[in-house]
Amino acid sequence: MGHPALAADFTANRERARWHDRALWFVREKRDRMATGVPEWEKLRETASAIKRHTQSLMADYLQQFEENATRHGATVHWAADAAEHNRIVLSILQSHRVRRLVKSKSMLTEECHLNPFLEQHGIHVVDTDLGERIVQLREEPPSHIVLPAIHIKKEEVGECFHEHLGTEQGASDPKYLTEAARGHLRSCFCEADAGLTGVNFAIAETGGIVICTNEGNADLGIGLPKIHIACMGMEKLLPRAADLSVFLRLLARSATGQPITTYSSHFHGPQQGGELHIVIVDNGRSEILQSEFRQALDCIRCGACMNTCPVYRRSGGHSYEATVPGPIGSILTPLHSPEQSSTLPFACSLCGSCTDVCPVKIPLHHQLFAMRERLDQQQLIGTGKKLQMKALSVVLSNTWLYSLVGKVARVALRVLPKFLIQNPLTPAGQWARQRELPEAPAKSFRQLYAERQQPGKHSSPDGH
Amino acid sequence: MKVALFIPCYVDQFYPDVGMATVQVLEYFGVQVDFPQQQTCCGQPMANSGCMPEARPLAEKFIDTFAGYDWIVSPSGSCVSMVRNHYDHLVSPSDTQATAVRRQTLELGEFLVQVLGIRSPAGVFPHKVGLHQSCHGLRELRLGPCSESMTPRDSLLQQLLGGFTGISFSQLQRKDECCGFGGTFAVGEEAVSAMMGEDRINDHLQAGTEVLTAGDMSCLMHLDGMIRRRKLPMRVLHYSQIMAQAMQQAGVGHNRTAATQSR
Repeated sequence: MGHPALAADFTANRERARWHDRALWFVREKRDRMATGVPEWEKLRETASAIKRHTQSLMADYLQQFEENATRHGATVHWAADAAEHNRIVLSILQSHRVRRLVKSKSMLTEECHLNPFLEQHGIHVVDTDLGERIVQLREEPPSHIVLPAIHIKKEEVGECFHEHLGTEQGASDPKYLTEAARGHLRSCFCEADAGLTGVNFAIAETGGIVICTNEGNADLGIGLPKIHIACMGMEKLLPRAADLSVFLRLLARSATGQPITTYSSHFHGPQQGGELHIVIVDNGRSEILQSEFRQALDCIRCGACMNTCPVYRRSGGHSYEATVPGPIGSILTPLHSPEQSSTLPFACSLCGSCTDVCPVKIPLHHQLFAMRERLDQQQLIGTGKKLQMKALSVVLSNTWLYSLVGKVARVALRVLPKFLIQNPLTPAGQWARQRELPEAPAKSFRQLYAERQQPGKHSSPDGH
Repeated sequence: MKVALFIPCYVDQFYPDVGMATVQVLEYFGVQVDFPQQQTCCGQPMANSGCMPEARPLAEKFIDTFAGYDWIVSPSGSCVSMVRNHYDHLVSPSDTQATAVRRQTLELGEFLVQVLGIRSPAGVFPHKVGLHQSCHGLRELRLGPCSESMTPRDSLLQQLLGGFTGISFSQLQRKDECCGFGGTFAVGEEAVSAMMGEDRINDHLQAGTEVLTAGDMSCLMHLDGMIRRRKLPMRVLHYSQIMAQAMQQAGVGHNRTAATQSR
């Protein structure tokens, strides 16, 4: 359908769109307060960006170092070139241990690879254990935000969903009551699980350790009980040294939810006693991005701050992007992967630049969105109508005489033509005029007024050039 | 000092008064400007649409038109940012003439404050003014502090308008959120654009804004469209118009004196 149409649907329910906007703006303001409290905030961002740049320049070396050190701790490292290979690897690990029930903590990578439906096709019961993820899973819809997956759902709707699936009281909407119910339900899932799967926030080359950040402790529960732990990570999650973590852990939760740090930042070095730890490192297009002008998009630590601040995302909702990762960063990553299906995303942006300034790793998001539009034009994906308009505009503006003439005709047209003609909804002027007035056209352009002022008397004709 | 005026195409055609106010303000401060007649557009509509081959002739025309001036001054942060920050996509970095033109292209306030050294000029403007922080001026030219960034910065608009007698500023709930104009975004994403505009207007209404001002007439064209459709008690003026009116009211007519006094 494309972003503009889906966004129009979302904004049509003004009350709900406002509620969504305010919920996310609240998070953005919390982030501001947290950032204000760290005097070296901008230096931290600078440092994080530099660490990422360095890591990317030596990506292959650090990946090897990580594999060696992780293996030394007893983990098994798997390499997946794409989503399909990732899914096959996970399935084969699960099948070799006859796993029927899998608990998962949040992993945007497995969303990217569409792991859940793949495993379910092979008879494996998958439960997402992050509360928000569980809600969207029960509602059979994708997350709408990478950190707050159910931010688009009101508590009354959660109540309905839990009533249907977990047997809570009808009409219940008290968050505490509903959370308790989810907690009870998830505890039994943890106890019954044969294996746990997690994402990875950071992987440390120097130590071979992985770090997983959650607020609910669900990752820890999910891999503490079953003996099999599978950790799936995009290769960009790598950091060179344990010391680098201090920079990123300070930035991550502050940027994401306005907390000083996530409730749990769990470090894993090898499997638990008698268990197995499998780390699946996924490329899925990342090597290609690394070699492109968009390489900084791989610096993303998935904090979601660009979504919380984006005035378009807040008003159009995550689902309007039809992408695993929505919002500004998603509007870069998605067209890199599947430009045909996502060509409207880089244009779902007013180029306000707010995302660039909140990004904790200083990805020049709005500059990349600008550059992505150029790339889509080169791929002939911006639409023939728009391209023709721009070609015509370019011809007119390149010729001063023609520009002055067309400008004058447009101004006269705006003044004399009936509204229904000018505001034909099929034209850009008509689109403009749906909810706002067109500018009032003056009789004379600036250049006319200026020329008259410079040489009084010579330009007395009211409409003269 | 050879100063050229760059009046963005849509200002030339739809807001000639903003261009005239810019001339007046510059003349108040003793600056005689040229308006090279050959100029049209910086190429931003095409570039923002991804159409670099269509934007390129405009960038070349811009460089050609303004080469040889000491400064190119424009009452638009967005167009200035296009020239300074985004011509990388359009002109070669080894073209020294282009690089000079780009470096010397300044937004009006930048020129007044950074080149002329103007601070709090005298004037009278007894109105409650709502400052709309146009994004490209704010986040690309850094004309003021922005709520996302922890780097302290001075607000040029505040410096230029803050000294006027009788002026007061609206306290906004969101002091620098985008208005939703965004060039072709205003049409391509009409629904979101309009909702963003509506939200900005509502913020200014609750804050009691009488005169809504900004560094970019494009934002104001969009917001004014919302205001007029709703028949709201608020009017828009580019800040150069406020300056011209305020200084005229105060009788700051004599060029040199005004410039000297405010240094």
